[in-house]
Amino acid sequence: MLQLKDISMTFNEGTPDEKIALQHTNLELERGEFVTIIGSNGAGKSTLMNVISGNLIPDVGDVFINEKQVVHLPEYQRSAYIGRVFQDPMAGTAPSMTIEENLALAYSRNKKRTLRLGVNKKRKTLFKEYLETLHLGLEDRLNAKVGFLSGGERQALSLLMATFTNPNILLLDEHTAALDPSRAALITKLTKEVVGKSKLTTLMVTHNMQQALDLGTRLIMMDKGQIIFDVSGEEKQKLTIEDLLTEFQRIRGQKFESDRAVLG
Amino acid sequence: MFSFIAIFGAVESGVIYAIMALGVYLSFRVLDFPDLTVDGSFVTGAAVAGISIMHGVSPVLATLLAAVAGFIAGCVTGVLHTKGKINALLSGILMMIALYSINLRIMGRPTLSLLNETTIFKQLRDFWSGTGLDTFFNGMLAAIGMERFPATWAIVLVMMVVTLAIKFITDYYLKTEIGLALRATGDNQRMIRSFSANTDNLIIVGIGYSNALVAFSGALIAQHGGFADVGMGIGMIIIGLASVIIGEALFGTKTIARATIAVIGGAVIYRIVVTIALRVDFLDTGDMKLITAVLVIAALVAPKMMQTHREKKRRQRKRAELERIKVGEV
Ligand SMILES: Nc1ncnc2c1ncn2[C@@H]1O[C@H](COP(=O)(O)OP(=O)(O)O)[C@@H](O)[C@H]1O
Ligand SMILES: [Mg+2]
Repeated sequence: MLQLKDISMTFNEGTPDEKIALQHTNLELERGEFVTIIGSNGAGKSTLMNVISGNLIPDVGDVFINEKQVVHLPEYQRSAYIGRVFQDPMAGTAPSMTIEENLALAYSRNKKRTLRLGVNKKRKTLFKEYLETLHLGLEDRLNAKVGFLSGGERQALSLLMATFTNPNILLLDEHTAALDPSRAALITKLTKEVVGKSKLTTLMVTHNMQQALDLGTRLIMMDKGQIIFDVSGEEKQKLTIEDLLTEFQRIRGQKFESDRAVLG
Repeated sequence: MFSFIAIFGAVESGVIYAIMALGVYLSFRVLDFPDLTVDGSFVTGAAVAGISIMHGVSPVLATLLAAVAGFIAGCVTGVLHTKGKINALLSGILMMIALYSINLRIMGRPTLSLLNETTIFKQLRDFWSGTGLDTFFNGMLAAIGMERFPATWAIVLVMMVVTLAIKFITDYYLKTEIGLALRATGDNQRMIRSFSANTDNLIIVGIGYSNALVAFSGALIAQHGGFADVGMGIGMIIIGLASVIIGEALFGTKTIARATIAVIGGAVIYRIVVTIALRVDFLDTGDMKLITAVLVIAALVAPKMMQTHREKKRRQRKRAELERIKVGEV
């Protein structure tokens, strides 16, 4: 489904600001895998997501989606296969457009856009059905501008927009981090539902270790641009936060440091 | 005083300039692209239509050719910005000055006179005079006691239909799948790229469409006024913006359909205000740009000042209420 081969990426190479974001990273995902990614700040998690989405082109390395080399495909072409939700609730929707118009934008993801109306009766019904699955009452506000929604509502809508066309790959980059705890829990629950229902191949970055353990079929830990730990299946089910911290210390010979890593 | 004839003339040219204002609305508001190509592409439209008509091309075809020329000019600006990665403002300015020379080349001289040519409006009036509609409308004016009548009703009525048709086509376009992606490009580029839209192409086509409208308007203004001049586009972008801002301030922007009708209204009101201002004794045509600047400033500042004033009043009321309660308690 998704293969990353020997990806390296350095920002501002040869300047005092040089930052190595990824070093010889390899990753292979089977169809339907749900991978949670944890790691300290600056570990390269977002860079990894951006390399997959095509937002960044790596210095070296290959990206394959369905056995097809995509590393030089621009983002807008790759996004036919890839759904994304960003950390910033403002980033995933068009604020001055209505809920139904935003859904229509997402609906056209894997189709050619034409001069037919983006919102018609049939689609309205469809959009309502999808919105009902969120249980936020958004199905009654199809004509409300998205800019007037709360952060949690916008993020729920972003998640719906990223997933209802069944993309091959779903990328979630700390998509609950900017929300208050109850809203974050809601989005986490919705994520679990939608990924489970559609068996989406998913990569989810989170700074919440408990969330990384509770969700998904596989867990990856990143540090200094490398994947340093990778477990799946039963082994992952048994994992605890203490295990993760010990594991980090064993591999890196130092304590896991991240002010944002929420332990509980 | 401000004669009916003068206001009538202002409305007549206002509905033609409204097409240009719709173009400015598309670039500035929908695409969030401050496109200054307008000063050049307006003249390109006038020049292409003028020179075509002088070479015997039918006026309707000449006007459509003008729109095509404007479309191309706009696309070049879009390419400079998206592919050349040149700042939006600068792309437009570069294209504007390049067009100045190109427009001179198209015309072959600084001014074309169309007074003796068969323009689209001359054809229209010839056709119209056979219908007897002028007699009908002027009869109505006479009935309410008017003594002087406009030369023809043809231009104002037909141009209203044309401008509204362009408005409805634009409204529809902005609701199509492509149109929604275009609006999203102006709203949140990063987001729409993650939904597989080629934002570069959307910007290029969008700015092309915008300048096609501007050039179309320029072609009509040249035929209306009877000349095309290489300097006739100077300050056009500000006139377009003035129309957009005045329209938005007066009529609101709740939906696309509302916003586009507001822009047309703004263009007409702008013309009326300028006409009235020029009739004031101490102002003359040279002051027009100053009047425009003052109008835009007023339309930008007035709504904010009114808002602040309302807020202040509200706070004062609140405070007075609290005072009263306190006094009552004591
Ligand atoms: N656009 C950029 N320009 C320069 N440096 C960057 C850029 N993006 C990320 N980096 C650097 O690359 C490293 C990895 O960043 P990132 O992938 O965002 O980490 P994470 O998401 O794991 O916190 C960091 O050191 C960061 O400062
Ligand atoms: Mg990050």
